[in-house]
Amino acid sequence: MNLDFITKLLAATIAMGTSLTYATVGEIFTQKSGVLNLGMEGIMLMGALSGFATALASGNLYFGIVIAMLTGGLLSLIHAFLCITMRANQVVSGLAITMFGTGLANFLGQRLGPASNNYNLVGMNLTSKFENIAIPFLHKIPVLGALFDVSILTYFLYLLLPFSWFFMYKTKHGLAVRSVGESPRTAAAMGLNVPKIRYIYTTIGGMLAGLGGACLSLSFTPSWNDGMTGGKGWIVIALVIFATWNPGRAVIGTLVFGGITSLQFSLQAAGIKMVIPTQFLAFAPYLITFFTLSIMTILNQNKKGSFSAPSALGTPFAIDDK
Amino acid sequence: MKKLSVLLVLLLVITVSAFAQGQTEMSEETDAPFKVGVIYVSSPGDFGYSYMHDMGTKAAEEYFGDKIEVIRMENVPENDSAARALEQLVDEGCKIIFANSYNYQDYVLQVAKENPDVYFEHCSGYLSNENMSNYFGRMYQMRYLSGMIAGKMSPTGKLGYVGAFAIPEVIRGINAFTLGARAVNPDATVTVVWTNTWFDPSLERQGAMALLDQGVDVVAQHQDTTEPAKAAIAEGKYAIGYNADFRAITESDNVLVSPMWDWGNYMIPEIQAAMDGTWETQSYWGGLEDDMISLSPVSPLVPADFVAQVEAAKDMIAAGEMDVFWGEIKDNEGNVRQAAGEKMSDADMLSMGWFVEGVIGSTN
Repeated sequence: MNLDFITKLLAATIAMGTSLTYATVGEIFTQKSGVLNLGMEGIMLMGALSGFATALASGNLYFGIVIAMLTGGLLSLIHAFLCITMRANQVVSGLAITMFGTGLANFLGQRLGPASNNYNLVGMNLTSKFENIAIPFLHKIPVLGALFDVSILTYFLYLLLPFSWFFMYKTKHGLAVRSVGESPRTAAAMGLNVPKIRYIYTTIGGMLAGLGGACLSLSFTPSWNDGMTGGKGWIVIALVIFATWNPGRAVIGTLVFGGITSLQFSLQAAGIKMVIPTQFLAFAPYLITFFTLSIMTILNQNKKGSFSAPSALGTPFAIDDK
Repeated sequence: MKKLSVLLVLLLVITVSAFAQGQTEMSEETDAPFKVGVIYVSSPGDFGYSYMHDMGTKAAEEYFGDKIEVIRMENVPENDSAARALEQLVDEGCKIIFANSYNYQDYVLQVAKENPDVYFEHCSGYLSNENMSNYFGRMYQMRYLSGMIAGKMSPTGKLGYVGAFAIPEVIRGINAFTLGARAVNPDATVTVVWTNTWFDPSLERQGAMALLDQGVDVVAQHQDTTEPAKAAIAEGKYAIGYNADFRAITESDNVLVSPMWDWGNYMIPEIQAAMDGTWETQSYWGGLEDDMISLSPVSPLVPADFVAQVEAAKDMIAAGEMDVFWGEIKDNEGNVRQAAGEKMSDADMLSMGWFVEGVIGSTN
């Protein structure tokens, strides 16, 4: 195994992981405010669809990104309305969003786009996509150079990660989100508008998930396909646990999850006889999630730092609750 | 308030399941057309497997005109819902029903036994009944021909193959492709990457990219989307399509050729036989000789005299003068799997679980 192999592996991991990381950061924002959004799969798929359709129609990739984020925000607003205003079961509502989003995306995918093509959006090609931009000199560094030859969407992610960590842990707004997620009653007593804050961060989460979906359809696999997210929205839920609800750590999960997938392909392509069957590697990320959950519990019991879920996660809140 | 929210969620779920069921399209009523039912495992919008089945269905619709009425069901899961879907088609009055995916077979058999006056056609399985046939095509013959083209066009002789699952159907295709490539370039190798999924655009692309990173210059595939081919095109390398004509879809001549299905050529005679009352049960594995499988037009990048050579090989297979798995064939560990001068039996081909010489990869 040489340096070149590792560099290419890292590049593949980053290319794949960008979409996952956006959605993971989004879901962390949502969950930090106490709202569980299991609708990520549907939201990402709708983001991928609307981003692609918009870019195809307008010829502008950035416009596609904007519309994808708006679509993601809109879908998560439905979720927010159901579980914050209507105080519905968050799991049920999230699952409904996923089913609705995937169904609607596949439905629209066969109806939008030029009529000349029997199956519309599927099989249509974009004239451009987000290309990789190499930063002079930096991209020539062995291994780490892979970090500096990526698309603009990934560069933006590099900025988003430290920013969201800083925002969450070092600002007044971050404190407000966390307190709403940990103890909404106390937060409300302090004068915070709990429903408003939850609305805002659920929407932001959805917008980032929509952006994550658009990363797939506009950059990684520049195309539209029915169900093209292929369960990434569910991996995101696992990644949030893996990152222990810290947006700064979201990238570690992506590297591990994305890395395992890339590694199994790279090994096969290099003709290296694998000791571990590919099927095992395919479910390894979920196995790691089990371990993370167990280790977190142990660490929390020993008070070795805070690794647990927001206390009020998944619990509806009303000011008149007794 | 709480009740209202539950109602709203319920409403959402109902709307969604209406979408998830896939729409049932019906053509216009004419005086008692012969009803044909079709269930697809995915949506024909996948530009892959179900798309090609739907092309077959459309060919039948065109052929019979208003003499038949087709009822389609898309995205039918491979579980008990398949039985429900089949029963629904029977209730709608379908006289012959096609089911396009392997795991439907137990449900097709069950519903076939309950409805002896309806004919059932199951694709890619092995079960049959008095009123149920199974059918599939010898796609490996086309894989061989596409392998010849890949072997010819690859400057390095390093070919790559993105495969879905290590099952006989896929392994057979990879072996045939490799034999074809090595018939032209005896030093050619084929590196295999398994994705463990039929359909996942990003995983398929990732598999292809890993191969390209290793210096492969032709990417072939047994997957349901065009992503592996697109990844190869983006790197300026060659691709071999599958299912549909990828060169038309991707608008790139780097797609050298695509082995394609032509299900209509099976469906039309079967529907005709059902209408005439001459339908008989069979286990059908159709090949080149009856046009169930075909090769897309070859890219202009491939020299015309070589295309003629491929055409000649195709004619020989069709005439039965040559076949893909004709001994001596060694596996990639050096064992002789098929003795010299003998043609491999269908049973051996249908249970193939090893790679031929020249394949880099493992079958588990």
